[in-house]
Amino acid sequence: MTLRLASIVRKEFIQILRDPRTLIMTLIIPIMQLFLLGYAATTDIKNIPIAVWDQSRSPQSRALLDAFRSANYFTIAYEVGSQQDIQTLIEDGRVRAALIIPPDYSLRLAEGDAQVSVILDGSDATSGSTALSASQLIGQSYSTKIMTETASRLGRGSGITPPIQFLTQVWYNPDLASAYFMIPGVIGMILYVITTMLTATTIVRERERGTIEQLIVTPIRSWELVVGKVLPYVVLGFFDTFEVLILGHWWFGVPVRGSLALVLESSGLLLLSSLGIGLFASTIANTQQEAMLVVWMTLLPSIFLSGFFFPLEAMPPFLQAVAYMIPLRYYLIIIRSLLIKGVGLAAIQTEFMTLAVFGLVIMGAAAVRFRKRLD
Amino acid sequence: MSDINLIEAKNLYRYFGETHAVDGVSISVKAGEIYGLVGSDGAGKTTTMRLLVGALLADSGDATICGYDVKKHTEDARAQLGYLSQRFSLYEDLTVLENIRFFAEVRGLKPNEWYPRSMEILEFVGLANFASRRAGQLSGGMKQKLGLASALVTRPRVLLLDEPTTGVDPVTRQDFWQLLIQITSAPLNPSPLPAGEGQRGEGEVAVLISTPYMDEAARCNRVGFMRHGKIIAEGTPSQLRSRLTDRVIELRGSPLKLLRQVAHRDSDVEDVRAFGDRLHLRVREGKADLVASRLPSAIRSEGGEVDDLRIIPAVLEDVFIELSEQAYE
Repeated sequence: MTLRLASIVRKEFIQILRDPRTLIMTLIIPIMQLFLLGYAATTDIKNIPIAVWDQSRSPQSRALLDAFRSANYFTIAYEVGSQQDIQTLIEDGRVRAALIIPPDYSLRLAEGDAQVSVILDGSDATSGSTALSASQLIGQSYSTKIMTETASRLGRGSGITPPIQFLTQVWYNPDLASAYFMIPGVIGMILYVITTMLTATTIVRERERGTIEQLIVTPIRSWELVVGKVLPYVVLGFFDTFEVLILGHWWFGVPVRGSLALVLESSGLLLLSSLGIGLFASTIANTQQEAMLVVWMTLLPSIFLSGFFFPLEAMPPFLQAVAYMIPLRYYLIIIRSLLIKGVGLAAIQTEFMTLAVFGLVIMGAAAVRFRKRLD
Repeated sequence: MSDINLIEAKNLYRYFGETHAVDGVSISVKAGEIYGLVGSDGAGKTTTMRLLVGALLADSGDATICGYDVKKHTEDARAQLGYLSQRFSLYEDLTVLENIRFFAEVRGLKPNEWYPRSMEILEFVGLANFASRRAGQLSGGMKQKLGLASALVTRPRVLLLDEPTTGVDPVTRQDFWQLLIQITSAPLNPSPLPAGEGQRGEGEVAVLISTPYMDEAARCNRVGFMRHGKIIAEGTPSQLRSRLTDRVIELRGSPLKLLRQVAHRDSDVEDVRAFGDRLHLRVREGKADLVASRLPSAIRSEGGEVDDLRIIPAVLEDVFIELSEQAYE
């Protein structure tokens, strides 16, 4: 490390330590984001409030309701007496679904063709579809149970079983907890967003305050300025990685099954890209606001197309193609595989190499564009 | 003064779209010389400075600092110069000493050199007691001194100062100029800037300073007057003043308003300006005696009084006003 480089790094660290905004951004915001996304961005839907209109009021109908209760998916929030009540409750958003048991339920159940109806609020597609599949599942398993019971009562023994049984096994994340999916994503997103924003503003700030003019006139080489500016944020980036990783593990119980060294190496590769993008933004922008604008224009699509919130497989082919251009996408695949599946380098080497290439190209382009000049 | 041109610009051109910010400027400044660049805002002084330090690229023309081509050997050239830009451009969130240290180190002072050298230079500019204060909390004049100190910390042979005293109080301006004069006369004893052990910085310093103040221009060894991107006049202050030898009349009397009106009516008077309680009249070449003889009677005939009227040597301000008007034509 040259003496000049060391001076820039030290100067940058002093400035970071004296700037409350940067400190908050690097120390506090990641924790806030982690908790926010760890809890709020969960797709695990439980205890959906439901209204019940039980017109049968029979032991059989109560048994059905017990089946709903015990499944944990629904909470019976209201017992109502009319279709009108149900509509009001759903419109007010007090319940997401309603279960209507007709008056002749027990009678027709004995005949073997009972019907119950479930009304779902489809305006929220996520909870709607969860409620749909949950109610179907409960209904099916309950009717299978009744069939078996009836059969055994009729003396046919317990020989009646469904012709096919699907024995599903969920690997890596047996509870399908969405935290397992989200937290590694949060690590990637925080690393990406914060380092990009900080780098973009750090150089623009020199321009805004006029200090760039004095820097330009020193014999600092361009690469020294770039590396010296970026290095402190690499350190902060790794600090954030550890912070989120430790909290995610300790608080949300996300496992770290793969090699920690690989996690850090791939985080380093992601940093190449994010710092490069930040640096690039700072060569375009004249003010910190402009830099933020440029950064957000690239960050938002990156986040949505990285597979952070929505699975890439569900996107139309065009967007899937665009997603190949986004470095964060590869990192998310890597970090999820490393943390949750505990794979080795062999399983992720394609993504690893792609991320490296992206990082080098972006950083290279930014460094070439970066000029020690005013115009 | 030696004969080496430490600052040398030849036919510099720099356009910003349609604006000819620098339009064929040539300057040379020798060691031991203070060259003043004067002119109104937008005349091209700052752009010229920025071309000389390589912060902007010239469209054409060459510039060398201590013999290093600014375009080809940019960093070598920069290693030789100290530059103070028009805006305060140090780090407000660093202390005085941290600022000096940063600029000392990035400009090549060794780890064991920066501290004694920084303290020495802070002592020199009078900021030694403020070493641990944040630069943002300094007054305007102290900031400029800090700027000068960090420009000087590596003992550069070339100093480029872009309006260093604009907005600074008169006392600090005086201090600032005393420092500048000491720097350029460095070999005198006792030396305020003892030369390092065989390192660069030995020998006399060349200073290029831009200023809007005429009293400062008068302190320079040579002055170049810029207008519309060109240097339209150049010379020592006395050479420039001699352009208006026997062409300025000082007039005192009352009422001043009437004096001004009458003077304006005289066809041989080119310009009338008030200097406090006096008027300076610029007259056509060779007409000073004529005007001086006929003006008092013209004033008295209209009821005015003349206390004093005489032909005086021009001050630089007269020259610059004349030059500005010339450039308009």
